[in-house]
Amino acid sequence: MLIQLDFSAVLASWPLLVRGVVWTIGLTIVGTALGLLLGTACAWARARNLGHRPAPLRWAVASYVELVRNTPFIVQLFFLFFGLPALGLKLSPEFASVLAMVINLGAYSAEIIRAGIEATPRGQIEAAHSLALTPGQTFRRVVLPPALQKVWPAMVSQIIIVMLGSAVCGQISTPELSYAANLISSNTFRAFEAFIVATLVYLALSMLTRRLLMWVGARFLVGR
Amino acid sequence: MVEFSLWDILRNLLMAARWTVTLSLIAFIGGGLVGLLLLVARLSKLRGAERAVGAYVQVFQGTPLLMQLFLAYFGIALFGIKTSPWTAAAVALTLYTSAYLTEIWRGCVAAIPKGQWEAAQSLALNFGEQLRHVVLPQALRIAVPPTVGFLVQVIKGTALASVIGFVELTKAGSMISNATFQPFLVYACVALLYFALCFPVSLVAQSLERKLHANRR
Repeated sequence: MLIQLDFSAVLASWPLLVRGVVWTIGLTIVGTALGLLLGTACAWARARNLGHRPAPLRWAVASYVELVRNTPFIVQLFFLFFGLPALGLKLSPEFASVLAMVINLGAYSAEIIRAGIEATPRGQIEAAHSLALTPGQTFRRVVLPPALQKVWPAMVSQIIIVMLGSAVCGQISTPELSYAANLISSNTFRAFEAFIVATLVYLALSMLTRRLLMWVGARFLVGR
Repeated sequence: MVEFSLWDILRNLLMAARWTVTLSLIAFIGGGLVGLLLLVARLSKLRGAERAVGAYVQVFQGTPLLMQLFLAYFGIALFGIKTSPWTAAAVALTLYTSAYLTEIWRGCVAAIPKGQWEAAQSLALNFGEQLRHVVLPQALRIAVPPTVGFLVQVIKGTALASVIGFVELTKAGSMISNATFQPFLVYACVALLYFALCFPVSLVAQSLERKLHANRR
């Protein structure tokens, strides 16, 4: 018999797993909240139906979005964590992880939210102006809520991709779930079992997160 | 210490980028074949095939690619087969790609109106013929832009193979950065090389998408 699985040693290290899950969830919450803010700002800067933006701003945002979307997350993370200290900017692993997640989600969500914003008919924006709403009020109250509502399913998928992507942050010793799995596998010499358990936890996390976020979308984004 | 010029760094990274491209092609072609099989199994209404393929897709889309790579690396070894990072990376990325492609293509087939299936059936075509002559030619047209777009995800995904010791662009970047003590420069070059690989593919996908939309109108 070649395959002998033994999960007892792995499951005995449950405090490490719990700490990993807490870190993964924490990274995801902070990364998502800030990433969505950044994404919204970039979508605002690039949307074609919101009036003209200065060309340098449009170019800067477009380059940021394309640069991030066409390079791997792990390289972005390594660039921040290993590359920036050469410029005298030393980041802690945790801070570098959050920053990388924000930058990453910011670029992807910018495109998703922009698609929603550009689906808003020009007439609605003009109507809001004629009601004497300021551009800021128009964006916050007329344009953004229906735009987010339209693209929410795509947004949820992207947030989950970012959460799963955070597994890479363990590589710079951020103590999240995959780091815990690595640690347990080197403590117990039960590599396969440790990664099976961590993978199942990730699967449960992503399924729960999808449910939760879809519920949040239905509850708070619809009917405003 | 050996002195590295910028050209030395770039030349070594370019050599390693070959393996990124090779691995991407293996994953894309292998994943395409497996994905096609899964799609046909799902469409054929075999008993339980729809649920099984659905679960397969959910597992690969709901877990980190990094964990899939680790599981392939340690899992294949469990069967007593000696694994190299090569096999593990090829297997994991092929399965990962197949799950995404089968899901993308399922959406494309679902976009074909039901009447087309029924018309094909009323012409006494069997399932294989319906698929080959009526549904797939139409679905293929819709499927091309998202499939090309997904190639970018595959190329970026190969970067994770560096973690299990596969020497491609990212791993070569870490090694060179350790040797030269110039992490800023090296990782910037790595990022730019990935960009040079992915951006043209993104542009092609975008232009294909525009063409398709123009045709539809």
